[in-house]
Amino acid sequence: MKIRLNGEDYEIEGELTLEELLRRLSILPERVAVEVNLQVIRKNDFKDFKVKDGDVVEIVNFVGGG
Amino acid sequence: MQEDRLIIRGIEFKSRLWVGTGKYKDLEETRRAVEASGADVVTVAVRRVNILDRNRENLLDYIDPKKYKILPNTAGCYTVEEALRYARLAREAGISDMVKLEVIGDERTLFPDVCGLIKATEILAKEGFIVFPYTNDDPITAKRLEDAGAAAVMPLGAPIGSGLGIRNPYNIKIILETVKVPVIVDAGVGTASDATIAMELGCDAVLINTGIAGARDPLKMAEAMKHAVIAGRLAYLAGRIPKKLYASASSPLEGMLI
Repeated sequence: MKIRLNGEDYEIEGELTLEELLRRLSILPERVAVEVNLQVIRKNDFKDFKVKDGDVVEIVNFVGGG
Repeated sequence: MQEDRLIIRGIEFKSRLWVGTGKYKDLEETRRAVEASGADVVTVAVRRVNILDRNRENLLDYIDPKKYKILPNTAGCYTVEEALRYARLAREAGISDMVKLEVIGDERTLFPDVCGLIKATEILAKEGFIVFPYTNDDPITAKRLEDAGAAAVMPLGAPIGSGLGIRNPYNIKIILETVKVPVIVDAGVGTASDATIAMELGCDAVLINTGIAGARDPLKMAEAMKHAVIAGRLAYLAGRIPKKLYASASSPLEGMLI
């Protein structure tokens, strides 16, 4: 299936939870926030939240800013 | 000296100098400048993770959230909806409810859209955020923000990154007399004396990013700003002498040779 991940098309084979997606991308969950279809997903829900075909996923973190 | 503590919503702030983390050469320079400034509040922005970069470095590896209070901003947001979205993501990415709220009205000046700002402040305050809105140097707006639930107000000294200093000290003074919440000057500070002026007026803190990061030697400027803020605060607490047109001799006339 195909999702939109941080503005790019991203292919996933089979079912994947947010926790698994982050692991695949080598991203530490404690340093990021994740939004799926404009809904912020709580960190505690990462392990149960299944990514679906066509989902728009945004993964953000902190960068330098004023 | 009597204890002079800055406490906002039950949170104690150890320094009255707050610093941004944008525009530095690299994360190591950011870390060293923040350390030299003695700040304990550090602002950050919320942006997409670079998915493709496997060796990505994280700002929080350099700025330890256990040591510093991380204050995420909503920089780059031009609508209420965008600002709310960034604030909610920031809260989930971070460890606190604090947000430096920006709703920008114009790309060239980066002046705030105060109507949107008041609206977003009200919504986020109701959601339990500790809202620090970046606002104009306008006392009426400051009052509206306080009424909307802002934890403090952050009037600009001058446009973001302009280094023009405190352009309207009289308005800042009126803001200080108008609101009960702390007043933190945000933006415009170009050099140490600008920070001192803000503090001498009675502001509770100053937030500086470009003034430090853009200096030829950011580490030295960070240290200068640290002292400038302390000096300004002490001068404010000490109470300056009134300005007079004519001289008044410092040395006694008594005992002079005739």
